[in-house]
Amino acid sequence: MIVQFFVPHAVGTQGYLLLLDWAQIVGAFALVLGIGSLFRTHWDKIRRRRRGYGYSTVTLASFALMVWAGIFYGSGQGPLAKRLLTVESGRLFEWLFNNIDVPLDATMFALLAFFIASAAYRTFRARNVEATLLLITAIIVMLGRVPLGEMIYDKMPAVYEWIMQYPAVAGKRGILFGVALGSIATSLRIILGIERSHLGG
Amino acid sequence: MHGIAYRLQNIDRRWLYLIVFAAVVIPFLTSLKLPVGLHSPSTTDIYDAIEKLPPDSVVQLAFDYSPASMPELEPMAKAVARHAFQRGHRVMAMTLNTQGALMIRRVMDEVAAEMNKEYGKDYVDAGFKTGGVAVMLGMGKDIIGVFNDTDARGNRLSTMPVMKGVADYSDIGLMVDFSANAITNAWIAYAHEQYGLRVAAGVTAVMATDLYPFWKSGQLVGLINGLKGAAEYEDLVGAPGLGILGMSSQSITHMLIILFVIIGNAGYFLTRRRSQSAD
Repeated sequence: MIVQFFVPHAVGTQGYLLLLDWAQIVGAFALVLGIGSLFRTHWDKIRRRRRGYGYSTVTLASFALMVWAGIFYGSGQGPLAKRLLTVESGRLFEWLFNNIDVPLDATMFALLAFFIASAAYRTFRARNVEATLLLITAIIVMLGRVPLGEMIYDKMPAVYEWIMQYPAVAGKRGILFGVALGSIATSLRIILGIERSHLGG
Repeated sequence: MHGIAYRLQNIDRRWLYLIVFAAVVIPFLTSLKLPVGLHSPSTTDIYDAIEKLPPDSVVQLAFDYSPASMPELEPMAKAVARHAFQRGHRVMAMTLNTQGALMIRRVMDEVAAEMNKEYGKDYVDAGFKTGGVAVMLGMGKDIIGVFNDTDARGNRLSTMPVMKGVADYSDIGLMVDFSANAITNAWIAYAHEQYGLRVAAGVTAVMATDLYPFWKSGQLVGLINGLKGAAEYEDLVGAPGLGILGMSSQSITHMLIILFVIIGNAGYFLTRRRSQSAD
């Protein structure tokens, strides 16, 4: 696949498209495996009355409810394939999504605000020069991202933009290079059989 | 002195949570709208790109996010969709995220109803397609084929006026990806680099640092950065919404966090000075 990216010859391209089809097929089977694994894990927990098995019951019941609502009340008409692929506005599936999934999911993410506030208060200390630099930068970025920062000092958004576009980009590029080199090195180790931990070795 | 320093560093977290909760909720309840201020260049780049598209261009919107990041991404998605409609462009919405299918409906149906746009003529919901990179690459050759000629509501894409003349990426004026994960990188690597699709992105603030290098290099047309970017875009299109309202909450919460940090550090330095003088 890497060769095809750099050498767009017909043979490589065809092989690449074939691999992409395989990827979709493997993905479909992975979904089946995932559902099977979900059922096996939680059913086993419920059967053995392990700690927290009540949550497993809720997980399986919720899963079954959404599948049932999606198949029979997604569009509620036409052949099974159409019912599986389409969702009609205002029906049960959409109602469940908008009124249960959306608030629950958004609530989990919203908790971050509270954790960040608490963590910043407890851990952000100007203990040394590096920590002080980090602290000052964090304060400038927080001020630069909100209108109140501009009210305090009109150049604050410009300072924020400069931090984001230069020091942050430079740091991020360094990390990206590191990740890319690390990925190539790990891939080579796996391909050459040097790295075997994923096989349990 | 030691008592004050200790107390400054050890405020019960429940008080912190309560204060943050009040700071988030009160601006919403009072509809407090602080001025948006200067617009970021990365946001205006997307605005300008849509402004410069010839009329009746096709703007592809990829709703690659789930409800977790909806509060940050939905306002910007609505603002961009509204802008595209204002300029008389057609909108093709799609998603590679399983939960994105209903995110499309929440945004597109509402904005289209407000602006009297017609489904199938002015916009289409192509829905969710599994496959990730395979879908991106497939769309470079045959967009309608990738979606099996079927939209999210069971209609034939090929018969819709909105899809007239849309065969592959060369027929798309601009693609804006709304996401909270690394899928934007894949759009850049596969749709932009391999097929030349002009890609822009609207992402959560924590993701923006990852994508700034691509905007600086010109691989991204523009970048809407978090709720601030959403508020800026709402301001640009003249339709204040939850982005601008949310920025008031965010403004006050940021100031609070800064205040917490100052209080914590005050306690830390008082303690340190005391221990140094004791030595």
